[in-house]
Amino acid sequence: MEGLYHDATPEESDVTNKNDPDSNSSTLKHDSSSKTEVNFAQSECNINLSSSAKVDLLTQMIRIRRFEERSLRAYQQGHIGGFLHLYIGQEAVAVGSVSAMGQDDHIITAYRDHGHALAVGMDMDECMAELFGKKTGCSKGKGGSMHFFAPDKNFWGGHGIVGGQTPLGLGMAFALKQSGKKGACLCYMGDGATNQGPFYESLNLASLWNLPVIYIIENNGYSMGTAESRHSAGEPLARRGEAFDIDWSVTEGHNVYEVRETITNALEQAHKDCRPSVLEINTYRYRGHSVADPDQTYRSKEEIEEYKKNKDPISIFKDQLVQEGVITDEQVAEIDVKAKDEAEASAEFALASPFPDPTELMDDIYWETDNPGKSKSEGTMFFEFPKSNS
Amino acid sequence: MAIITYREALNQALSEEIERDENVILLGEEVAQFKGSYKVSEGMLERYGPKKIIDTPISEAAFSGLAVGAAMMGMRPVVEFMFWSFCYVAFDQIFNNAASVRYMSGGLINVPIVFRGPANGGTNVGATHSHTPENFIANTPGLKVICPSTPADAKGMLKSAIRDNDPVCVMENTILYNMKDEVPEDNEFLIPLGKANVLREGTDISIIAHGKAVHTSLEAASVLEEKHNINAEVIDLRSIRPLDVETILQSVKKTNRVLLVEENKPFCGVGAQISYLIQDQAFDFLDAPIKRVSAVDAPQAYSKALENAQIPDHNCVIASALTIL
Repeated sequence: MEGLYHDATPEESDVTNKNDPDSNSSTLKHDSSSKTEVNFAQSECNINLSSSAKVDLLTQMIRIRRFEERSLRAYQQGHIGGFLHLYIGQEAVAVGSVSAMGQDDHIITAYRDHGHALAVGMDMDECMAELFGKKTGCSKGKGGSMHFFAPDKNFWGGHGIVGGQTPLGLGMAFALKQSGKKGACLCYMGDGATNQGPFYESLNLASLWNLPVIYIIENNGYSMGTAESRHSAGEPLARRGEAFDIDWSVTEGHNVYEVRETITNALEQAHKDCRPSVLEINTYRYRGHSVADPDQTYRSKEEIEEYKKNKDPISIFKDQLVQEGVITDEQVAEIDVKAKDEAEASAEFALASPFPDPTELMDDIYWETDNPGKSKSEGTMFFEFPKSNS
Repeated sequence: MAIITYREALNQALSEEIERDENVILLGEEVAQFKGSYKVSEGMLERYGPKKIIDTPISEAAFSGLAVGAAMMGMRPVVEFMFWSFCYVAFDQIFNNAASVRYMSGGLINVPIVFRGPANGGTNVGATHSHTPENFIANTPGLKVICPSTPADAKGMLKSAIRDNDPVCVMENTILYNMKDEVPEDNEFLIPLGKANVLREGTDISIIAHGKAVHTSLEAASVLEEKHNINAEVIDLRSIRPLDVETILQSVKKTNRVLLVEENKPFCGVGAQISYLIQDQAFDFLDAPIKRVSAVDAPQAYSKALENAQIPDHNCVIASALTIL
């Protein structure tokens, strides 16, 4: 179990009330280094946040972490198969960015998708049950860890192929623009995905056609086990947007206030000017690429501990809120207990849920075969069926 | 009924469906200002404007994926590939995303999209422009694939494909684009997917084909009748997935002899699946081994001399038929 790192000391800059002259500007800033002196709590998008909204941000981050820790245990107990890509350490990115979305904004991400799923409001039960491969899972056990979806919450997955979602996010922005809606699509990707061809094709179209898509590079420093310095030429990654006349920025992802400011500005620009942007958000994952990753070949334990100590997004925000007088340590402990209980209950729910029946293999493939009364086609659609047990 | 070309029939289908449903758009390389690389979309930019008829850069992965994303959100995009050969640079978008999103989401998301364009050899454009990927597509649950062989089918089946709530891949043929025939002008002229067409009734042998091979087979059937007094039945599959297994089996049970004809490559091709189905479900009705005529199993050749030998003509069909009669 990972702790909440209550001992992490917030940087002085995070608790001083310095006004940021640029905080109201919608122009994307390229340089993250100057931001160490900015107090994002004072940004326009944060200063008027109610105490309960702030507590909710913290709660969401804690829920994600406890959910993932519980899923890791379930994986180790053999209840979860395949891959499990944990988001632990990156929570402020999903929570901060989703909290900035309006009702016509949509999101799509890659395979490290549990954080985004919980942040948009999917409940732990359906997510954990999906990991367990159960019928009660969000995809009825057909998607698994990498493929969570909740279109009713504007969440379009959960995509397993690195960079494969970048044209899809473009299409969502395209559909929004065609329909005349003032919405945008947040399309998340990892640093490794920036080296896939479809990403560049998508950047070209996004700029050429003025599409409101926001590419968010969650740069956790590693493309699986390959460090950025070994996988990418030219820094920073977001600068690659410049070749397509796309505004870009590099910001930090351990401070949820900063993430909110970054995303709020980009969304405003997308809504107002119908223009894309590329936002590189530096973050860090504490666990391996997936649970199967031994995580010993490409980085040191010290590096991980250093980040946990100095930049843990939950500790930093907790301390910030305590400092602001919004919450007490005791209240945080209560939230934490509740999140653990919720995660535990979701594992119990998943364990108790039935597996899908093999006959369900044939459901959800075609709309048409799922709706035989409305089917217009004729002929045979399937050529081999599950073997009958009888 | 008007007599129009296969190309004009496609244009009619696209135009009628764009007028009928505001969610339908056409996008692809050169479809708008250039009027289509093969002029299928001629006049459509002028009629429907650039919001509906959309020129894309040469970026198959991006515009295919864009269309899949838009379809997930409820639009009904028709994506034109200049050649189906170019789908390979968009493979992930078609074979992972379009095909699997519905399944992976447990049925929460539909992908009502059409991918269309020519998929044929025979025009001396070499290996990279002559692919016939209907077998790849048929091998992918979640996708549908059709191969209309006549102008009327081109119209009626493309319209059905556009109204379909699942991804449909439409394999056209540059050699058929100029073929003329009667086509109903009716806006509601729809041919269901998965319905084969018995183009010629016969009693001695079932020749089962799809795409341009249907015309080769009809030509062969005429010669078989005139010169050999053999009465061949010719079936146009029209649709590969869904497949009209019923019509195939009925014909086999009547003629007891089967010749499969296609321009697809042989190994794991469409004919391989059909011959499996026939031996599995009508073995006792067969009086001879199932025969197959396909493209020669080499990358598509450029030289006319080579490519003519590569794609089966009616003489190949006749010769093969005679071995089992």
